[in-house]
Amino acid sequence: MEQPSLVVRLRVSKKKLKIGRMADSNSEEIAVIGNTDLTAAELENNKNNTMAEAGTTLLRRMDISVAEAEKRTGKNAVNMQETYTVYLIETRPIDAVTEGQNPAPDSLWRRYSEFELLRNYLLVTYPFIVVPPLPEKRAEFVWHKLSADNMDPDFVERRRTGLENFLLRVASHSVLSNDKMFYHFLTEENGWKEVVFETGFQAKADSRLKALNATFRVKNPDKRFTELKHYSDELQSVTSQLLRVRARVADRLYGVYKVHGNYGRVFSEWSAIEKDMGDGLQSAGHHMDAYAASVDDILEEEEHYADQLKEYLFYAEALRAVCRKHELMQYELETAAQDLTSKKQQREELVTGTVRTFSLKGMTSKLFGQETPEQREVKLQVLEEQITQGEELIKDQNTECNEYVKNAWLDIERFKEQKDRDLKEALISYAVMQISVCKKGIQVWTNAKECFSKM
Amino acid sequence: MSGIVVNPAVSCTPAQEITADLSGQMLELDEDDDLEVFSKDTTLTDGSLFNASMPTSPASMINQFEEDADDKDIFVTVDNPESHVTAIETFITYRVLTKTTRSEFDSCEYEVRRRYQDFFWLKGKLEEAHPTIIVHPLPEKFVMKGMVERFNEDFIETRRRALHKFLNRIADHPILSCSDDFKIFLSAQAWELTSHKKQGPGFLSRMGDTVRAVAATVRGVRNRPEEFTAMQEYVDTFSQKITSLDKVTQRILKEQKEYLEELKECGPAYTLWSGSEEELAEPLKGVASCIERCCRETEGQVDQLSDSLVPGLHEYVLCTETLKAVLKRRDNIQAEFEAKNDTLANKKTDRDADSKDLGFVLGSFLGKNPEEAKRQRQQRLDLEIEELKEEIDKLENKMECANNALKVDWARWQKNMRGDIKAAFLSTAERNVDYYEKCLAVWESFLLSQRSDLSAESSREQPLDPQETTKDASPQAT
Repeated sequence: MEQPSLVVRLRVSKKKLKIGRMADSNSEEIAVIGNTDLTAAELENNKNNTMAEAGTTLLRRMDISVAEAEKRTGKNAVNMQETYTVYLIETRPIDAVTEGQNPAPDSLWRRYSEFELLRNYLLVTYPFIVVPPLPEKRAEFVWHKLSADNMDPDFVERRRTGLENFLLRVASHSVLSNDKMFYHFLTEENGWKEVVFETGFQAKADSRLKALNATFRVKNPDKRFTELKHYSDELQSVTSQLLRVRARVADRLYGVYKVHGNYGRVFSEWSAIEKDMGDGLQSAGHHMDAYAASVDDILEEEEHYADQLKEYLFYAEALRAVCRKHELMQYELETAAQDLTSKKQQREELVTGTVRTFSLKGMTSKLFGQETPEQREVKLQVLEEQITQGEELIKDQNTECNEYVKNAWLDIERFKEQKDRDLKEALISYAVMQISVCKKGIQVWTNAKECFSKM
Repeated sequence: MSGIVVNPAVSCTPAQEITADLSGQMLELDEDDDLEVFSKDTTLTDGSLFNASMPTSPASMINQFEEDADDKDIFVTVDNPESHVTAIETFITYRVLTKTTRSEFDSCEYEVRRRYQDFFWLKGKLEEAHPTIIVHPLPEKFVMKGMVERFNEDFIETRRRALHKFLNRIADHPILSCSDDFKIFLSAQAWELTSHKKQGPGFLSRMGDTVRAVAATVRGVRNRPEEFTAMQEYVDTFSQKITSLDKVTQRILKEQKEYLEELKECGPAYTLWSGSEEELAEPLKGVASCIERCCRETEGQVDQLSDSLVPGLHEYVLCTETLKAVLKRRDNIQAEFEAKNDTLANKKTDRDADSKDLGFVLGSFLGKNPEEAKRQRQQRLDLEIEELKEEIDKLENKMECANNALKVDWARWQKNMRGDIKAAFLSTAERNVDYYEKCLAVWESFLLSQRSDLSAESSREQPLDPQETTKDASPQAT
């Protein structure tokens, strides 16, 4: 597995270098104008480091965290006041820490929309990679306690964690972590957006219509990709079903626990008129209150588990994107091949003088007489050129397609292993959570039993 | 320590005065194997080893209660509900089985069938005979809430249990268990019971009772003894609290049932997912099976709540009605007594009043001898006063008996209540502990099965979070 991954990285580096150079040509100005933390020299140095150590992921050289979230107000695109949240990204080179220094981390603020921009860029630039998803834009699968409000502090906190998770996943990805835009995202607050737009990635994005078209018209779909697409659909549907059910169960569990709190209140009031039973009732009541209160922590932890499931719900979409890109490439290849075949046929017709296929040309030549040999010669030459070009194109496309398939499958295998590992851990942590819930329950009710027996 | 005379009008026959000493002897005799079980000695078969004459401190009563359990001489069960269909109606009868060694019963075993109406009649008779004794409540006559049918299985079973408890409380009661009506209820054939029911005070006399009761209610009581006021306050608060608890418990049951319904969807969701996975299929199926087992345990919880705690609390909600009625009846008895006293005072005033009154004047008009008339009037009044005095004596007796009966029964009721409530909550707490213990075992065994597969990974107790996982696991990076 080692050899192929090295090859991939080199290949990617080449591609990246192209983009990197584009960015480089502008980076001087940006570094001087926008970035007050790093001098141009330091930036250059960092870039060199990035290139040289393309073999290791960014995460091994840098601590990354999304440390805080803050509310801001400002004018938006249509000059209206809006409130939004920004997240503080902190980075610190690891070797600085290990050398005994403890420098303050570099930091900058980003909003969710910038994360989205980064991800879209990565999606277009690395279509063969299963790009890690962002945390949800709006709170879904909520149960009644959480508000669906994006400004709700719990939601913001969970989003902060999700964004950090996203950055860490990208930074630990063998291919993605070497991306320059990603590095700039982490290190240059101002002007980053412009740099990303200047890469022209948006032009490279395939239109949805094209992609949809391809889905229905591919003649020889790759069986593996078809299976993968089915799997991604299934993954999406089962995880969303599970998340829905889980949310409803959480809601009900909350109800059960909270109603027990009423016992506390009533026992306490009742104990006032009882002589022998009073103490037992009162202390049992305290335990009922504790029981009712314990559900908040329980559900908070479960939310974390739900987030783990959600990540893979969104990963399903990324998986499907890889499949769709392949379909598109396949379709374009098939179209080009078809085109070539028809041109070759035309040439043959011209050469042999036979009209095998119905064409307007054929009809008009029949009606108005055949072309002159000179005209035919010209046409033949044009066709020959087109055929040569077409053959070149197909050869390139084929290579590209094969490259794509190879790279994609590498990442898909990596993703599968990651998914199996992560989700198994998630299930185990769910079991651990349930065990903790049971232990708490045993404790509370044993205590309550003690109190009741003393009544 | 001396016994209080139990008025024959309000207690069981034969009237007995049993001192503490003798009751101690009775206990010893009962433990003697040589003693003939079917003793004709009425002192032994009075049916109560513990009655109104016993000291009423809680400690001594607890002792008595424990000894009672061993010396129980009457056992009643209610079971075997059956449906009867006639042209007019459909109703349920229950089998009432009695096993007893008491001499006032001709046989030692009885099996009869009774319907709710019969129980209702019995309760009425007992309350009539013992107005200030707290009779355990019957299950409700009608069930208003929800779509509960009268013939629904759960409803019948709940009712059966409540009727069983009702009869047992009577059987355990030193005074009530001696009631003739109770004996007939347990032993009579259907037609015998019907004809016995028809006896008793006629319609008009019952009307009279009702009118008197209403009048007493309107009149009210003047000098209620402090302890009964305290009882009234207690009952008011208790009633509020027990009603709250009843509501809370029913709400918990409802939430628990809804939780169970949702949880039942969880297992299948995991199983569905496992169908799409390879590596993950096994742990997913494991989680699904754990959840399904927890569902079964939750069902057990729901059952315990609805079979045990909910009815247990609800019967005490019904009790508060009984308590209020008992206190009211006691008040009425006192009010009647006070009213008669007032009448006596008025008559005395009349008698000692000046002879210058209208009657005298009228009499003289009609030609009657004024002295003669006055003397006749005095005689009449004296007679009336004597009659009144007798009645007042009776009422005073009645009142004192009622008050004492209530005092004793109050302590008995409180003890029973504590026992019942404690038992109900204890069993709930035990069930909940059991529930969590079973669920714990289920999840722990799942964890074990997973952890043994993870022998290659580190054996951390804490769950990994995705950040840690991402940091560590990047195979291509190495």
